[in-house]
Formats: sequence, C-alpha cells, structure tokens
Amino acid sequence: MGTALTDSPWGVMLILLPLAGGMICFIWPRMAQVLGLVTVFSVALSVVGLAWQMLDTGVYRHAVGGWGAPLGIDLYADGLSLLMLLVTAMVGFAVSVYSAAFFEREDATRFWPLWLFLLAALNALFLSADIFNIYVTFELMGLAAVALVALAGGRDALGGAMRYLLAALLGSLAYLLGVALLYHGFGTVDIALLAERVDASPVVWAALGLMGTGLLLKTAVFPLHFWLPPAHAHAPAPVSALLSALVVKASFYILLRLWLEVFEPLIGSEGVHTLLGLLGAMAVLWGSVQALRQTRLKLLIAYSTVAQIGYMFLAFPLAAAAGVAAWNAAAYLAFSHALAKAAMFLAAGNLLRFGGHDRIADLDRVVQRLPLTAAAFALAGVSIMGLPPSGGFIGKWLMLEAALVQGRWDLVAVIILGGLLAAAYIFKVLGYAFTQADVVHESRAVPASMEWAALLLALGAVLLGFLAVPVLSLVGIGDPFGASEIRP
Amino acid sequence: MSASFLYALVGIGLFSLSLYGLIVHAHLLRKILALNVMGSSIFLVLVALAKRTNEAPPDAVPHAMVITGIVVAVSATALALTLMLKLTAETGRAELPDDQRESH
Repeated sequence: MGTALTDSPWGVMLILLPLAGGMICFIWPRMAQVLGLVTVFSVALSVVGLAWQMLDTGVYRHAVGGWGAPLGIDLYADGLSLLMLLVTAMVGFAVSVYSAAFFEREDATRFWPLWLFLLAALNALFLSADIFNIYVTFELMGLAAVALVALAGGRDALGGAMRYLLAALLGSLAYLLGVALLYHGFGTVDIALLAERVDASPVVWAALGLMGTGLLLKTAVFPLHFWLPPAHAHAPAPVSALLSALVVKASFYILLRLWLEVFEPLIGSEGVHTLLGLLGAMAVLWGSVQALRQTRLKLLIAYSTVAQIGYMFLAFPLAAAAGVAAWNAAAYLAFSHALAKAAMFLAAGNLLRFGGHDRIADLDRVVQRLPLTAAAFALAGVSIMGLPPSGGFIGKWLMLEAALVQGRWDLVAVIILGGLLAAAYIFKVLGYAFTQADVVHESRAVPASMEWAALLLALGAVLLGFLAVPVLSLVGIGDPFGASEIRP
Repeated sequence: MSASFLYALVGIGLFSLSLYGLIVHAHLLRKILALNVMGSSIFLVLVALAKRTNEAPPDAVPHAMVITGIVVAVSATALALTLMLKLTAETGRAELPDDQRESH
C-alpha cells in the first residue's frame, strides 16, 4: 500500500486524466456531466496522492517517456507547485459540483470538455520544468479559457472573450520571443539549467523585459488589466470563478518561478522590483476604487480581482530584504484569494439566477430569501477584506509584517487602505442585500448544490486562517523561495 | 554581419511592426492578422538563430519549437476567426464593442 502510494506517477495522471476525460466528453456528449465529475474527483485524489508522496520523499520529478532533462521533457513539483495544484483541485471540485446544476443540457456538453482541457493545461503548467513547455501550456489554458468565456453568448460575453483572446495571445507571443532569446543565449529551456547558466547580460535583460511584460499582461496587473473585467464579468458564473481563482494565478506563478530562478542574477538591481511593487500598489488602489464604483455585482467582483492581484505584487519589493516571509505572504494570499473569489463568483451566480439580474441596488433582501448564498458572500468577503481569522488575514498580516520590519510605510499604507476599500465595497453589497428594493422582481429557485458549493469554498477561505503552519510547511517542500533568502 | 543575424533582425522588425498593427487597427481581422505576423516573426528569429556557425549544421531544437508554435498559431487563429464571425453576427461590426459603458 505504502509503496503503491509513493511509487505511482501521480503527476502524469494529473495531466492525462483530465486530457483523456475531456476528449471522451467531447466524443460522448450525453455522458459529459457524469464523466466530468468523475474525472475531476479522480484528479483531486491524485493531488492528494502527490502530496502524500511529496511529504514522504520531497520534491517530485518525472522524466516523461524516460528521456532526461536536456533532451526530453521533465515534470517537476516542489512545495509551491503542490500548493497551486491543491488550490486547483479544491476550487475545481467545488466549481464542478456547482456546474453540474448550473449548465443545462446543451451548454453542459460544451462546458465539460473545455473545463477538463483547462484543468489539464493548469496542472501541466504547474508541473512544467522548462520555459517552452510553459508556453505550450499557456496557450492550451488561454484557448480553453477564451472558449469558456464565449459560452455565455451575446454581445458582452463575445466581446469580452475576443478582447481576452487578443491580450492572451499578445502576452504569450511576447513570452515566446523571450524564450527564443534565452535559448539562443544559453542553449537550454530547462529552468534548473538556465538558473545555473544565466548572467546579468543584455540578452537576459531583453528576455526579462519581453517575458515579464507578457506575463504581467496575462496576470492583468495595472495598467494591463483592461481585458479582465469584461471577460470575467460576462462569462458564466462558474467560468468567472475558474478564471479569477485559477487562471490569473497561473501566470503569476510562472512570473514568480522565473523571477526566483532564471532572472535571479538581475534581482540585485533596484529598478525592476520597485516597478513591480509600484504597479501592485496602483492595482490595489485603482482596482478597489473601481470596484466601489460598479453598479453590477459581477463587475464589482472582477475589479476586486484586479485589486487583490496587486497585493501579490507587493511581495516583489519586500522580498529583496524579507526574502521567504514576503513570498510566503504572496503564496498565502494567492491561496486564500482563489477560494474566496471563487466563492464570491459562485454566490453572484446564485443571485443572478435567483433574481434574473446582478444589479447591486436591487438585491432586495436576499439575506432572508437566500441565506446560504448571502453567508457565502459575506464569509468570502471577510477573507478578501483581510479580517481575522480568515486566510486573507494571514496573507495580509505576513505582508504587513514584512513591510513594517523594513520601514516601508508607503506599502503599509497601501495594504491598509486596500483593506478599508475592500470593506467598503463588500459592505455596499451586503447593505443592499439586507434592504428591500423599490421594484419587486420575480425569483427563481436556486439548487441546493449551487448554494453549498459557494458556502463550502467561503468556509475554506476562512478556515485557512487556522492552517498557517501546515500550509507554509507544505509550501516549504524543496525550498522554492530559498534562492532569495541568501540575498543581503 | 552574418546572414542569419540579418534574418533575426528582420524578425525583430516584423515583431515591432505587428505590435503597432495590433494596437492601431480597429478591425478585428487586421488585429488577428497582426498576431499571425507576430507569430511568424518569432519563428523567423528562432530559425535564424538556430544556425550558430557557418560550418556546423543548424540546431534542431528551435525547429521543433517552430513546428509546435505553428500548431498553436493555427488553433488560436481558428478560434479568433470563429469568435470574430460570431461577434460580427451579433453586433454587425467586426470590431471590439466599447466595454467601458455597458449597462444594458
């Protein structure tokens, strides 16, 4: 039993299962929903298997087809990859349960294959060990995500999907040119080998500029966030949850990975991380203010994503001195934001189905009429605001601590102001949820599984506040942030 | 300057031109074509830089990357064109709708 657990190639299954599942769903649309649920469940089990294995033996490495790193493709997972895989499995499972009730016959046959392809791409991306493989998984992820946004149909969703596709393609092409330059300069695409060979030469700077810009565009960092609100707000609710929780995190993960390993020789120079920190601070303030100004619930949540992404970028200037502490904060924020934001979008989907609209001013006493959904939104809001005891609190607290230790009062102010603005836009929604609207709308029943999926994710985001020690020790496997620790 | 280096420079020039085209043109077909030119410009850089010296045969790895890249570019173009047609059928214009004001 023990050997079967530790010897199985869990990482390979994480990619093959959803890929095969997606194709079978496509061929056999009548069974799509059952097959989809079974596939997502077995992927979640495989992640648990992988976590078990890594707790036992440390870093996971698998040479695909038995070919070694320079020639073949390696799958690699350390604590950071494992965290992202776990988030993907958790959010993916809850969203799948929700989607089983959300999508009607015709839409379900289109949703399941695309979602399983997206899941395969995400898992492959988190397991990739070379920069060209990352490009391919980026494109798989982008194409599946764009098609999922377009599922909603209509002018707004199609426009949002088109804008998203153009931005995603530009981002990946800029990234690919960077890959071409790095391969020419150092003769390898393997991240570990590149880390040994790179130096602070002009070609590395050019590659950082291209790959960095491409990844910032894909992560929707201010001022490159223009494509995110229309795409995330007009997609079907479970798709919005997947995009905001997982897809934007994937490009942030790659940026972090490249920053820590490939571009490590450039970290010493002040300019780049100051710039990234500045963009993050602007994103926190701009995204929060825009969220506060929205009249539609889903647009409000989408702008909140822009703001919360900004928080993760505050780790770049802080990590120069605080090292591991700042990266841990960013990882924790990514984890808790994924759970909370997915819960929020699912709750918004319930409200949309219930009242037929998502106008914040006309929420009309949903607290009494849809209590589980309102509770899910409020609990997720606790984590987004960063109130104790939620996961968002731990992430923001770790970041605040790093900023205080370094005397970065400007960043302290941004972190606190962002929290206050988040409280403002969440209480704005909750306020309308308690009061009676002028116009009475007809309401439609919401299936229990859709309410519970949202509530369980929100509870997860809050419970994460009690799990700081085990989560951070899991992230520590293979010491993903180790390189920056020795920096003065 | 070797011939392959010249090709690589042409590739960078095409990349910049297509970035300009992507940003300034409103028509979606022009934007999609600009992205295609951009993809090809990167392939040109990859293939040109694969020949490191005049004597040795060129490195095969960038060629494999180009083939993968072409597959990706074809799929992405197909999806983009389909979306463009759907959007045109919906709005009557092959342009991005103005998302800043959509309260209907």
